Amino acid sequence: MIPAAFDYKRASSAEEAISLIAQAGDEAKFLAGGHSLLPLMKLRLAAPSMLIDIGRVTDLSYIREAGDHIAIGALTRHTEVENSAVLQQHVPLLAHAASHVGDPQVRHRGTIGGSIAHADAASDLPATTLALGATYVVQGPNGRRSIAAPDFYAGFLENSMNADEMLVEIQVPKMNGAGWSFQKFNRRAQDWAIVGVAAWRRGSDSGVALVNMGSTPILASSVASAIKGGASIADAAQQAVAEADPQGDLNASVEYRTHLAKVLVRRALEESTK
Amino acid sequence: MRHDDICHIRDLGPNGHILSGGYAVKITVNVNGTAQTSDVEPRQLLVHYVRETLGLTGTNVGCDTSSCGACTLHVNGQSVKSCTMLAVQADGQNVTTIEGIAKGDELHPMQKAFMENHGLQCGYCTPGMVMAAIGILDENPKPTEDEVRVALEGNLCRCTGYHNIVKSVLACANG
Repeated sequence: MIPAAFDYKRASSAEEAISLIAQAGDEAKFLAGGHSLLPLMKLRLAAPSMLIDIGRVTDLSYIREAGDHIAIGALTRHTEVENSAVLQQHVPLLAHAASHVGDPQVRHRGTIGGSIAHADAASDLPATTLALGATYVVQGPNGRRSIAAPDFYAGFLENSMNADEMLVEIQVPKMNGAGWSFQKFNRRAQDWAIVGVAAWRRGSDSGVALVNMGSTPILASSVASAIKGGASIADAAQQAVAEADPQGDLNASVEYRTHLAKVLVRRALEESTK
Repeated sequence: MRHDDICHIRDLGPNGHILSGGYAVKITVNVNGTAQTSDVEPRQLLVHYVRETLGLTGTNVGCDTSSCGACTLHVNGQSVKSCTMLAVQADGQNVTTIEGIAKGDELHPMQKAFMENHGLQCGYCTPGMVMAAIGILDENPKPTEDEVRVALEGNLCRCTGYHNIVKSVLACANG
């Protein structure tokens, strides 16, 4: 399978990339690691007229402590997130979730920014950063702005960035020792989750997000509210699908996904509760 | 890449492929220690570049959907699936294919381990398995059996000969 023909430009900085996409219009796409975009292009589900290769904008590849959060450059590869001592210490849920993306070869190429911008409800990192209360920093012709994770996911494979904006940084609050869990239910090791759950808990505070339970990653805020209100784990888990809108497919019916989500949220809360 | 590196052409020449209306970009890739300069269409996949443009057919195309790992080679020392990477993304990088790991007539230790432990049956997944396995030991030189099985999650063997593949990787690690 070969993608449809496209024009190719290579950017050496975020500014150059944004200027190129402003000239090219909304038929152009940024190419980072390519592990979400190229499969779509090979299946001809996407046929951008131009790819702007940002894979060499190396100053957007970093993981830094920044006060109460960790700042991660959008072009940081999954393997670096997975193996980062800083993230293992301060945001272990994210480092662990990154180790479940695809397989080692995929993690060597794919980037955290690419995965989040792709906004696939079935991907691990959009839901995980959503559960963690992340903020995404995007850059456009007029500078940078921040988008809170719940405001970022606009629809199926759709984010709320403008066409001339680029995701440049992911800011993830430090977990400060909170308990956490990542539940990924799939048939084969490298598959996307049929249902996944990312969760953390510190006393009555918690964050829970669902993978593949709707057209966007789902923040299960009813579960967190129930925990806040003193509900038992079993009762809180019954709220798992309050915000979800799962679809049936070859792997799972709506009923099966709904059941799985409740079971996996319960397990995730149990594992997160110290 | 400079703009004058881009030339509109209809015939790439060396492999005889006619590109309908496409244009080519000049790339230089260090492949198995030798700098290779070629005109490629931007949409050309890295696996087609090594197989068809360079004639290095040891790297196989299996599923063509980044699931099976038959197309695994190394870019800058890391295992990648070359069906999910463009040749232009490899411009200026170091690529190692299965043809580049032996030293003359002497097989790479991983190749020897696969041979001695019957780590292949039909052989189709083998180049990708060997390249993935070398990558695993580069990152974790003394893995446990469980770690090898998990780290090979991106490579499928449809003869289902996994047991001897894992045995081969462990033999190489302990050799």
